[in-house]
Amino acid sequence: MSAPPAQSTTAPAQATWADVNRDVIRTIGMPREKYFAWLCLVALVLAAGASAWAWQIWVGIGAAGKRTPVMWAMYITTFVFWIGIGHAGTLISAVLYLFRARWRTSIYRGAEAMTVFAVMTAGLFPLIHAGRMWFAYWLMPYPNQRYLWPNFKSPLVWDVFAISTYLTISVVFFIVGLVPDIAALRDNATGYKRKIYAVLSLGWEGSDQQWRHYRRGYGLLASLATPLVLSVHSVVSFDFAMALVPGWHSTLFPPFFVDGAIFSGFAMVLVLILPMRALFNWYPYITDKHLDAMAKLILVTSLVLTYFYVCEVFTAWYSGDHFERASVFAKASQQYAWAYWGMYFCNCLVPLVLFIRRARTNAVTLYVISIFVLIGMWLERFNIIVPGLAHDFYPYTWGTYYPTITDSAIIVGSFAWFFLLFLGFIRVMPSLSIVEVKEVLPHPLKHAASHGGHH
Amino acid sequence: MAILQATHDQDDRELVRHVDLDTARKEALAGRKHAEAHPTMYTAHEYKGYRWGMAVDVDACIGCQACVVACHAENNVAIVGKAEAAYGRQISWLRIERWAEGPADHPHNGFLPMFCQHCEVAPCEPVCPVFAAYHTEEGLNGQVYNRCVGTRYCGNNCPYHVRKFNWFNYTWTAPLDVQLNPDVTVRQLGVMEKCTMCVQRIEGAKSAAREAGRSVRDGDMQTACQQTCPTRAITFGNRKDGDSLVSRLSHSARSYHVLHELGTLPGVSYLKKVVRAEPAGGHGKAGH
Repeated sequence: MSAPPAQSTTAPAQATWADVNRDVIRTIGMPREKYFAWLCLVALVLAAGASAWAWQIWVGIGAAGKRTPVMWAMYITTFVFWIGIGHAGTLISAVLYLFRARWRTSIYRGAEAMTVFAVMTAGLFPLIHAGRMWFAYWLMPYPNQRYLWPNFKSPLVWDVFAISTYLTISVVFFIVGLVPDIAALRDNATGYKRKIYAVLSLGWEGSDQQWRHYRRGYGLLASLATPLVLSVHSVVSFDFAMALVPGWHSTLFPPFFVDGAIFSGFAMVLVLILPMRALFNWYPYITDKHLDAMAKLILVTSLVLTYFYVCEVFTAWYSGDHFERASVFAKASQQYAWAYWGMYFCNCLVPLVLFIRRARTNAVTLYVISIFVLIGMWLERFNIIVPGLAHDFYPYTWGTYYPTITDSAIIVGSFAWFFLLFLGFIRVMPSLSIVEVKEVLPHPLKHAASHGGHH
Repeated sequence: MAILQATHDQDDRELVRHVDLDTARKEALAGRKHAEAHPTMYTAHEYKGYRWGMAVDVDACIGCQACVVACHAENNVAIVGKAEAAYGRQISWLRIERWAEGPADHPHNGFLPMFCQHCEVAPCEPVCPVFAAYHTEEGLNGQVYNRCVGTRYCGNNCPYHVRKFNWFNYTWTAPLDVQLNPDVTVRQLGVMEKCTMCVQRIEGAKSAAREAGRSVRDGDMQTACQQTCPTRAITFGNRKDGDSLVSRLSHSARSYHVLHELGTLPGVSYLKKVVRAEPAGGHGKAGH
C-alpha cells in the first residue's frame, strides 16, 4: 500500500460527482482471476470449518476440547468477538450519522456490511456451541402445545432477543442505505443485472419527495440503531456478569464490553478498508483524515479499556474476596499467563503508537496495529472465559482446556465465512456510498469556481 | 491411573473442615449457636409436602468410594474411559475428594463426598434458558434431560462443579446393558446430568406410602450411596420434619455447608471431621 497524496479536507478537491459514480461502479462486475483465487481459498477454509462442525454434531461436543470446569471455551470467545466487531459498524453508520460527522460517509458502507456479516457470523456460534443444536429453537418463545416458554431469567434468552434485534435492525438499515446506490447501479446496468437491481432499488427515481421520505426514514432507523450500540453488547456481557464465576460476576462488564467492542470493531474496519482503498484506488475518498479519525477512536477506546483493566484488577484486590483474588492471580501467573499478558500487550501497549501523528495516517502501521488489536480483543474474551472457568471456586476440578482440531477448524472457518460474505458483497454492491460521498463533495454549480474543501 | 482431582490443597477454601475433640464436645453440649443468616431480596421457596435433604458426616467417611460405584449402578451413570476421565470428563454424580493438610510426606487427609448440593438458591437454575434445570416442589434441583439443549451454562455456574455433561454418546457394552436400571433414563449425547438424590427411589417410597395411606417416614427409603456406605456417613431424609435424622444432623453443632459464603444454601449439610488436636502445619484452620 503506497502512501496516498496528502489530503487535508473531508472530500478531495479533484473528485467530481461523475468520478464518484465511475470509481464506485467500476468495483462491481466481473472480477479478475486474483479475486477468484482468494474466493476459492476462503471457500476451502470455510468448507473445512463446516466439515468440522458436521463432525462435531455427529460425535458430540466432546469433539471440541471442552471439559469440566471449562464448559465454555473458544466458541463463546469467538461469539463475543464477532458481536463486538459489529458494533463499530453501527457506531459509524448510526451514531456518527446522528452527530453529523461527515467523515463517516466514505467508510460507513463497508462498516455497515461488516456489521451485518459479523452478526451473521456471531449468530452461528450459539448453535455450534449447544450440545443439542437441533433443539436450539427452544430458546425462542413460540406457541407450542406444551405451553413451554423459555426462562426469561436466563441471560442466554436475553441474548437471543438482543442478537436477533441487532441483526434485524442492521440488515434493514443496511438495505435502506443501499437503495439510492442500487438505483445508480440499475441505471448503469444492462440485461438481467438491470432487472435484479431494478427490483432491489424498490423503484427509486431520486425525486424530491422520495429523498424527503428517504432522509426521514434513514434518520429514524439511525435513531433505532443507536441504542443498540450500547444495549447489545451490554446484554452479551450479562452472560458473564449475571453468573457467579469469579472474574465474571462484575458490574463493570457492560461498559467494559461496549468499549472493547468499539475498539475491536474499528480495528476490523481498518483491516477491511485499507486493502480496499489500495485495490480500488480510492485514495481520493478514503483520505488521511479518515484514517486519522479512526486511529484516534482506536486510541481513545484503548485508553478507556486500559482503565477498565486496572479497575478489574483493583476491584478483585480491594474486594478482599479470596476467590476473586485467586482468579486474577491464576490468570496472570498460571497456564494461561501468555494470553493474559498478550492481551495487555496488544490492547494497552501497541495502540499507544497512535499517539504519534504520522502513525495515525500511515496505512501499514495502522494495519499492523489493527491486527494486534483484533488478536488482543480475542484474547480478552478468551481470558475472561477460559482461565476464569479453569480456576474458579472449586479446586478439585481446576484444569486446563486444550483446543482440538475440530474447534480450531470451526473458529478459523468462522473467519472464512465472514470474509466470503464480504468478498461477495464488494463485487455486487457499491462498497462506497455513492450518494453520501457526493453529499460531501463540493456542489458542481455552487462551487464551480472554488477549490472545494469547504461547504 | 487417571487422577481426577486437580489438587489436594484446598487453598484455604475450607471445603472439608475439622474441629478438635474438646471444642466438638463443648459445642455439642452448647447446641447449635446460630443459624446462618443470608439477607435476600427474593421470596423463599415454599415446600408444601417434603423437603428432601442429606447430611454427610465427614468424620465417618473413610474414602472407600463404594458410594461412587453404587451411584453409577443405580443411576445408569456412564463410564467414560480412562483418557476422558483424566481430561475432566468423568460423569460420576458423586465423587470422593481427598483434601490434605499438614506436611506433604505425612498429610492429614479429609475425605469429602461431593455431589449435587440441591441448593435452595441454586446458581444453575436461573441461568438455564429452557427450564431444564428447575427447582422442584420438594427442594430438589430437578434436571429435565429431554428439555436440555446443552448450553452448559449451569455447569459453569455451579460452584461445586457437580453437573456433568454428556460429551459423547456413551454406551454400555454387553452384558453391562442388561444391568441398566429401568427406573432411570439413560441420558443421550449433549445433555447435562447430575445427582438426583435417587429421585426414582423417592417416587417409589412416596408411592408405597400412598398405598399404605400415610406419608413417607424417616428411613422409608435410602439413596444408593447411603445404602452402600459402610460407615453410615450419608443420611437422606425430609428436612421439613424436625425429628428426622437428617434434620437433627444438619442442626448439629458440627454441621456446615461447603462454600457457604456464596449463599447458595445447600440442601446437603456436612458434619465436620473431629480431630484429636490441631493438625500440625500451615493450613490448620478449625472451622467456625
